[in-house]
Amino acid sequence: MSEPVLRIEGLTVALPAGGDRRYAVENVGLEVAAGEILCLLGESGSGKSIIAQAAMGLLPPNVKPVAGRVFLSGEELLAADARRLRALRGARMSMVFQEPMTALNPVMSCGAQVDELLRAHTGLTPLERRQRVLRMFEQVRLPDPERIHSAYPHQLSGGQRQRIMIAMALILKPALLIADEPTTALDVTTQAEILRLITELCRENGTAVLFITHDFGVVAEIADRVAVLRLGELVESGAAKTLLAAPRHEYTRVLLAAVPKLAPRKPPIDEGRVVQLRASGLTKIFESGGWFVRRHAVRAADGVEFEVRLGETLGIVGESGSGKSTVARLLGRLIEPSAGEIELDGEPITGYAGDRARQLRRRIQFVFQDPYRSLNPRRTVGAAIVEGPMNFGVPRQEARARAVELMDLVRLSPGALERYPHEFSGGQRQRVCIARALAMRPEVLIADEAVSALDVSVQTQILSLLEDIQQRLRLTLIFITHDLRVAAQICNRVVVMQRGRVVEQGPVREVFAHPRHEYTRALLDAAPGRSFAFGKS
Amino acid sequence: MDAMHPSELAISSDARLAALVRRLARNPSVVLGGAVLALLALASAAAPLLGTVDPTLLDPVNRDLLPGASARVTALTGESFRHTFWMGTDSFGRDIYSRVLYGGRVSLSVGLAVAALSLAIGVGVGLVAGYVRALDGVVMRAMDGLMAIPGVLLAIALVALWRASLLTVVAAIAIPEIPRVVRLARSLVLTIREEPYVEAAISVGTPTGALLLRHVLPNAAAPLIVQGTYVCASAILIESILSFLGAGLPTDVPTWGNIMAEGRLQFTAYPHNVFFPGVFLALTVLAVNMLGDGLRDTLDPKFNRRGDRPA
Repeated sequence: MSEPVLRIEGLTVALPAGGDRRYAVENVGLEVAAGEILCLLGESGSGKSIIAQAAMGLLPPNVKPVAGRVFLSGEELLAADARRLRALRGARMSMVFQEPMTALNPVMSCGAQVDELLRAHTGLTPLERRQRVLRMFEQVRLPDPERIHSAYPHQLSGGQRQRIMIAMALILKPALLIADEPTTALDVTTQAEILRLITELCRENGTAVLFITHDFGVVAEIADRVAVLRLGELVESGAAKTLLAAPRHEYTRVLLAAVPKLAPRKPPIDEGRVVQLRASGLTKIFESGGWFVRRHAVRAADGVEFEVRLGETLGIVGESGSGKSTVARLLGRLIEPSAGEIELDGEPITGYAGDRARQLRRRIQFVFQDPYRSLNPRRTVGAAIVEGPMNFGVPRQEARARAVELMDLVRLSPGALERYPHEFSGGQRQRVCIARALAMRPEVLIADEAVSALDVSVQTQILSLLEDIQQRLRLTLIFITHDLRVAAQICNRVVVMQRGRVVEQGPVREVFAHPRHEYTRALLDAAPGRSFAFGKS
Repeated sequence: MDAMHPSELAISSDARLAALVRRLARNPSVVLGGAVLALLALASAAAPLLGTVDPTLLDPVNRDLLPGASARVTALTGESFRHTFWMGTDSFGRDIYSRVLYGGRVSLSVGLAVAALSLAIGVGVGLVAGYVRALDGVVMRAMDGLMAIPGVLLAIALVALWRASLLTVVAAIAIPEIPRVVRLARSLVLTIREEPYVEAAISVGTPTGALLLRHVLPNAAAPLIVQGTYVCASAILIESILSFLGAGLPTDVPTWGNIMAEGRLQFTAYPHNVFFPGVFLALTVLAVNMLGDGLRDTLDPKFNRRGDRPA
């Protein structure tokens, strides 16, 4: 058998003293052959990015490889000096990062950034370089390459920026492409296109791909082989088909079982139940500009209509910029609508002001997306939970007692109340946020992408917790998500939004099985790993 | 785990404080700057015990003595004793060592008072400007106007307007410093108000005042404290400038600026008149700035990534 493009043998990388473990990765071995896509799968903190950085010679200065070897087409990389690595990077191996906006230089035109690579590694004339860049832009299917060549990164969409990154990575036809979560920051429909593009280009050129991801859907979509990483150790690797169908290691099985199924689970709620919350003609126009700048208006929500019944879970799904978070904030009166009406228990609440508006806070509560930033780092968990009730005159003793009960409900120990948010993991923090919302004894709970920032195994726990709490407290739940799998698991009904408008709504079973609107169909088609049945438990 | 006893709560916040103190103690510029400042403060506070004489005592016989000279001094009480002039005397025969130590009281208290005053007002105004959109434009344009006037010039004008006293000098120096603090506080508020935890606090019905005090201010504290040290250093300097120009405290009050102003006339013949207060001034400003840099490195999460999220 010929030499693989990338061969890693017994790689061990030490973390600086005082970290949560001694080695970022320990004794990891893997190979990627030409034209093959290897998916390196792991949850956050598994060390998957460290492997990529070690191969590229981009490890942070305080993180050192202590054992093992990395070969690129037979050449040892860990021993190579900085100059040799620089010559290899871009030409023989290249990388695509997660966030295309920060990976591109904002003050250089896209064409110039790709051109820079050619100038550094080839002896082509400016005209030849330009021709080649334009041809590459065509290959990554950027519309109007001439215009994009002179455009700056901020003038492009996220998907277009990622295409520029891919053009940059592949223009010198490297033997190895390392893609570090390249589609995580993108919408599902864009993600599907980018995945297809990477697969096609690499098959054509025979490029070896090390694809780092946390998403089983993506793995099912593109991987030839899979390596599963857990806390720096390789637990299992093998052909994608066999590994997904019959995982041998317990950890892989747990991870696979945690991937939510795309098949809806819950029936629609009884039509006879009272409508608790109704939005009609809800519109929000954001205006920017001022005295010297031309005014610019964005219709973030445009005539949104729906109703939620008592005890029901309504999903609002859509891609970024669809206005789903705006609708959440409108419902919770965090921002004022430009037009339209919200009714709570049949009573219009948009006209409420002053103390009446403040009283609404007790009835509608939030769980936010980012558990790392939605808790004040300088206040204890207990202080965060009792704050709401005490704002409304509940005595401290009583609020404390309630907080202790809530800790039990969200399955944290009461001792957690005295600790600060940084002492908790993401999942634990999200439990704290749920407890904070529940401390207000709300009727409606709005969860805005509440599980999006969490690892898939933690995601399942939080989803089942929310479900359990909803049943116990008879809460009405509005669940905002971009992830159709999550929506399928928890919602009775869904509202699909696109560019501020509701394009389709109905029971989740009907919408997912027989989408009527073309956008819903596109969303469902784009869901990664659609052909693969996950979560057979 | 069982519910924690209140005493354990105390332990956990004490532990946080102890960790902070440990971090500060590891920073050489905090330790050095702090030590020099503490020494200067102690020396000027304990000036009467450190072998000084009355700093305003005129003694024509002993004028223009060189550092280290010793001579007989007669106090106002009529008491007569031998005294060593460690830093010499000025052209009125006053002991420079005593004047410098007593002058330190003025410099340090002006620095501290100006820092406290401009922080208190600046942070208050900055919080409001940053949080209440309707007031932002008006307040900030007023601050821009204030900043358009050079600080020292404004201070001179203000002292001239009022009568020179410790209080008016403090006010005159603090007023030009306020807009800088307002700008910083406002920009911090503008960032922090977008944090999800602020939105979360709003969603549980926290009134605006409590929101600013409980959620916004504590998260803005570190850069503001650091700014406070810089204000303090520049206030000490400006006080000396005012005194030196004769626009500060009256000449009968010993301040470093006054001593230097009087010594200036015969600087070529007796440089010690200017040298010693100058060294103390430079040392103080350096120490305050070092302390500020050290605090910034330790407190500001941007300079201290690892302290932000313990592994």
